[in-house]
Amino acid sequence: MRMRSLWARFSSKRAGLIAGLYVLALILIMLAAAVLPGPDPNAITSEVMLPPSIDHPLGSDELGRDVLLSIIHGIKVSLSVGFAAALGATVIGILVGSVAGFYGGVIDLLFMRISEIFQVVPSFILAAVIVALSGPGLLQVVAVISLLAWPQVARLMRGEVMRIKQLEFVDAVRCLGVRESAILTAEVVPNALAPALAAGTLVVAQAILLEAALSFFGLSSVDIVSWGRMLNSGQRFLFNAWWLSVFPGAAIFATVLAFNLLGDALGSALNPRTTSGR
Amino acid sequence: MSENILEIADLTLSYTTRNRTVRALDGVSLVVGAGGAVGLVGESGSGKSTLSRTVLQLLEPTSGSVRFEGREIAGLSRRAMRPLRREMQMVFQDPYASLNPRKRVGQIVGEPLKLQGVAKGAALRSEVRELLERVGLSPEHYDRFPHEFSGGQRQRIGIARAVALRPKLIVADEPVSALDVSIRAQIVNLLADLQEELGLTYVFVAHDIGIVRHVSDRIAVMHDGKIVEQGPADQVCERPQDAYTKTLLAAVPIPDPRQARSRRQTIGSG
Repeated sequence: MRMRSLWARFSSKRAGLIAGLYVLALILIMLAAAVLPGPDPNAITSEVMLPPSIDHPLGSDELGRDVLLSIIHGIKVSLSVGFAAALGATVIGILVGSVAGFYGGVIDLLFMRISEIFQVVPSFILAAVIVALSGPGLLQVVAVISLLAWPQVARLMRGEVMRIKQLEFVDAVRCLGVRESAILTAEVVPNALAPALAAGTLVVAQAILLEAALSFFGLSSVDIVSWGRMLNSGQRFLFNAWWLSVFPGAAIFATVLAFNLLGDALGSALNPRTTSGR
Repeated sequence: MSENILEIADLTLSYTTRNRTVRALDGVSLVVGAGGAVGLVGESGSGKSTLSRTVLQLLEPTSGSVRFEGREIAGLSRRAMRPLRREMQMVFQDPYASLNPRKRVGQIVGEPLKLQGVAKGAALRSEVRELLERVGLSPEHYDRFPHEFSGGQRQRIGIARAVALRPKLIVADEPVSALDVSIRAQIVNLLADLQEELGLTYVFVAHDIGIVRHVSDRIAVMHDGKIVEQGPADQVCERPQDAYTKTLLAAVPIPDPRQARSRRQTIGSG
């Protein structure tokens, strides 16, 4: 039993570490591709539909574009959508959750019912509707995901704020005559952030996945190289050019998994109850 | 100016849950003379913490009055209460929960001074250092975080924060019950020294009547939200009138086994 929990802790830490290194590598490659002068990923050549080889490690597509190069340039889309959406969801979630948890009563009731409305809406369908109405674009995807993912963050934040607001140091500063709003922002929120930030990391993964899904169904701009868009155009050739689907799919899979592992590791590392207690 | 610093009259605080009303405080009346120390004892759940929080307006009473230096403070707005916060402070029970883990010791102790506009900048810093020294810590502790300290040291930080504004009244809510037995005497002595130096008045809450007896000149015994007995400390301890007080006294451990044996016989025969 003890050995198992020890192993679980060790392996989760290791998984988090590997995931962190992977994400770091993605960011570095993305920056390098943006800064260094390299071949144009959208350049159309005559080397059409070539299987993986020395020249094209991951093959080339029906317009002669290099798959590896496209995947590298797709990092930008996935990461920026992921981070922007996570930022939006985390900010909304922290604001709503801390106000609801701290003041309680009617405000709490109202905010939590609103958050439930967003939680029961099927995210992909809402995203598809919004994109269909307002046109394809990364901004729409970011907005949809922020709108749908904030309740998770808000609920975690609310719970943590409710726990912290009854600790004695809050009463101690109240005794000094500190205003309630200042107590919330200066005393309670900084101590309640950790779980919300961990949840925000998980939103990155959801956002990347949703962007890929929308692009796969052709609901994204054709001009932007994204992993989902590559899957969309590659699926027609699944049986004669497997590399067009498998490699972008693997990139999505690995990145979503990495952010999930990172979120889990961050969550348990930041949880005061799993780290040595008092 | 009134001779009594604190006068509590017929204070009641009740919570209504789904099907019944719980009276945490049930008609409590208590008078605290300036410069004195009143010990408030009772088992957990007897309402002593509720009473101390109500005195400082952290909880709002259902009815009754709390007068501080003759002025009614029950039901006072937060804004109106603010200047009075200089005069009355609280020392908390759990030294691990009563300090914000993300603030440095200097910030924690300096907060009351900064907030009430007593000092800022370099003056604030030196004042805080002085306070740290006064409660038996080192001025070098200024930039440390609470988790770097032991329970006893943390309680000293909490005491420094409470006395920073030179208040007249300090409500100490079980200030030593979360500490190691070996540390308790040090903290009790520190509180006694500070009382002498700064002319403080204490309401000292504890569940252990033995500790309360050391620091208070009057003792009030609480049970089920009511004060069942109050009087001079010696009288309450030597000639308890209420059955509940007797039970509390019997629960005080006696370090000498021979004395302990003789007490057991007295209780057995009585």
